[in-house]
Amino acid sequence: MTLLSFWLLYTIIPPIIDWAIINSVWTAGSRKECWDQMPTPGAGACWAFIENRIGLFTYGFYPEPLRWRVNLSFVLFVLAAIPVLTDKLPFRKYGLMYSAAFPFLVGWLLVGGWGLEPVDTDQFGGIMLTLVIGVTGITFSLPIGIALALGRQSKMPVLRMLCVLFIEFIRGVPLITLLFVASTMLNYFLPPGTVFDLLLRVLIMVTLFASAYMAEIVRGGLQAIEKGQHEAGDSLGLSYWQAQRLIVLPQALKIAIPNIVNAFIGLYKDTTLVLIIGLLDILGLGDSSLADLDWAGLANELYLFVALFFFTCCFSMSRYSLYLEKKLHTGH
Amino acid sequence: MRTLAKIALTAIAVGAMAFTATAGTLEDVQARGELRCVVSTGIAGFAYPDDSGTWKGFDIDFCRATAAAVLGDASKIKTVSSTGKTRFTKLNSGEGDVLWRNTTITFSRDVGVKLTFVGVNYYDGQGFMVKKSLGVKSAKELDGASVCIQTGTTTELNLADYFRTNNMNYEAVVIEKNSEARAAYLSGRCDVYTTDASGLAATRSTFPDPSGHMILPEIVSKEPLGPATRQGDDQWADIVRWIYNATVTAEELGVTSANVDSMKSANNPEILRMLGVEGSQGEELGLSKDWAYQVIKQIGNYGEIFERNIGPNTAIGLERGLNDLWTRGGLQYSPPFR
Repeated sequence: MTLLSFWLLYTIIPPIIDWAIINSVWTAGSRKECWDQMPTPGAGACWAFIENRIGLFTYGFYPEPLRWRVNLSFVLFVLAAIPVLTDKLPFRKYGLMYSAAFPFLVGWLLVGGWGLEPVDTDQFGGIMLTLVIGVTGITFSLPIGIALALGRQSKMPVLRMLCVLFIEFIRGVPLITLLFVASTMLNYFLPPGTVFDLLLRVLIMVTLFASAYMAEIVRGGLQAIEKGQHEAGDSLGLSYWQAQRLIVLPQALKIAIPNIVNAFIGLYKDTTLVLIIGLLDILGLGDSSLADLDWAGLANELYLFVALFFFTCCFSMSRYSLYLEKKLHTGH
Repeated sequence: MRTLAKIALTAIAVGAMAFTATAGTLEDVQARGELRCVVSTGIAGFAYPDDSGTWKGFDIDFCRATAAAVLGDASKIKTVSSTGKTRFTKLNSGEGDVLWRNTTITFSRDVGVKLTFVGVNYYDGQGFMVKKSLGVKSAKELDGASVCIQTGTTTELNLADYFRTNNMNYEAVVIEKNSEARAAYLSGRCDVYTTDASGLAATRSTFPDPSGHMILPEIVSKEPLGPATRQGDDQWADIVRWIYNATVTAEELGVTSANVDSMKSANNPEILRMLGVEGSQGEELGLSKDWAYQVIKQIGNYGEIFERNIGPNTAIGLERGLNDLWTRGGLQYSPPFR
């Protein structure tokens, strides 16, 4: 078995290294120029394609002089993530307040208005669009999902019915259907001429979709908590919300962490579905770029690049989830 | 209760206002100061983003020509990227003003989808590409071949029709995207790749050895590609139709972006009428007097648009063929400016 795997590795790896590194070309103006520098056309990877278009792939059609706003947003995103992800931080309370304000701050920064030059959301594209959809879905789906999960277990029948209806309806349809509804059907329902931003519609749909799944994951965590814990809260004289916040939810969420992160990773990758309704995320923009005959035919290079991008994001998410599990493993 | 009625009435009034505001696409576009074209997410030669993210191509140039005529400035366009599945809803729901998207005119799209097609700016047709080493000279010899084909397009149906009429069998290798089809064809998963002839030429030009492949002489379908507008706005449809006609007429009369200024003093009355020196055709369309001048000056005539994007000197390298002027044996023919 070991020998077989070594043999497999031996036959597979050298050609890949030849293609991706030894014969690859990093600077060229077009595919032809790339191929002229190789022993035979296509013998190596033409990374010049990615290099020439990295700006386009990162920022989409965002106006070049305003790209600092995207960069700043990214820095703010990292800064907002720190207080959420780590707990041993001085002034963490203020950090968290900033994190809560972050989505709105960045929304303003990216779209503009109120003193900033406005940028239409159809200029968004590439990695930036992927991050906008992914991060929005992730940040909003967790609180909405928790609320839905609590609502589903509520003793108030109307609230419970509504939550069940919402969750089951959204879970019953594929994301792609919701995206189609967002991109086409909504326009027919609204009076003609009303402009309701396509990206906003997509963000809402993605968030609703993710929330329904999140609700079920959190419910799984909630049901793992013994009844005694609720009763302990009651006997201490805590109100419903206090009991949930201090006793039940911390334990339930801890149990649910692997599943929550799993859902986040799934959602993040699902964002590529938006290319079907004409939003050009990193994958969509890459496909469009292949229509430029200067570069057409370099699909392997493109898809490897996109794969690497998604792998980096998803792998770090799953690593963080492992770290969190270890840290919270206070049990028995 | 009365407040509720008031709110309902206001909602209806606002709705009605929004409705009347879209009665004329021309007024909408002029008020907005920007033309929204429904274009594709990327078709070689017809619409694609260049390294700096600017959209280019045959369809994009016609979109810019429309903006030049309507707004006087070819750069005032916004591209609404759409896939084959969403293109008609994007137009019909008002997200775009006009469709310049490599779209085949068919009965069901004209009548069923409720579009108004205003002309054919590119005559295409479905062809077959094979490796030269196969020794095939005609599509009639393809019995038993495996054929790479994209799903959900008219090409799929045309292929079935063609093989059935000629009593031949084929094995379909169904594929989603052009880049995938290219890889499948090159790796030998299929013997034949079929799609529109323009697409075949574009794909072949990206092969490591383009000369090792040939496009068979048979064209098995008619694919007239043209712009569309929403049904029911005749003025707007007229405008798009005559913008396209202006590019064809300009080529026929020898008016180019380079000589359009001197042509303003030509002694051919049709040129003078078209360029707005004489008569009032611009005003009758609802545009400025020099609308056609702006189109030719900023974008060029049909021949220039063709040469720049898909002509023999570009990477895609298409011959004029059917798309030559009628005076040279092609099908591009514009009614007179009279």
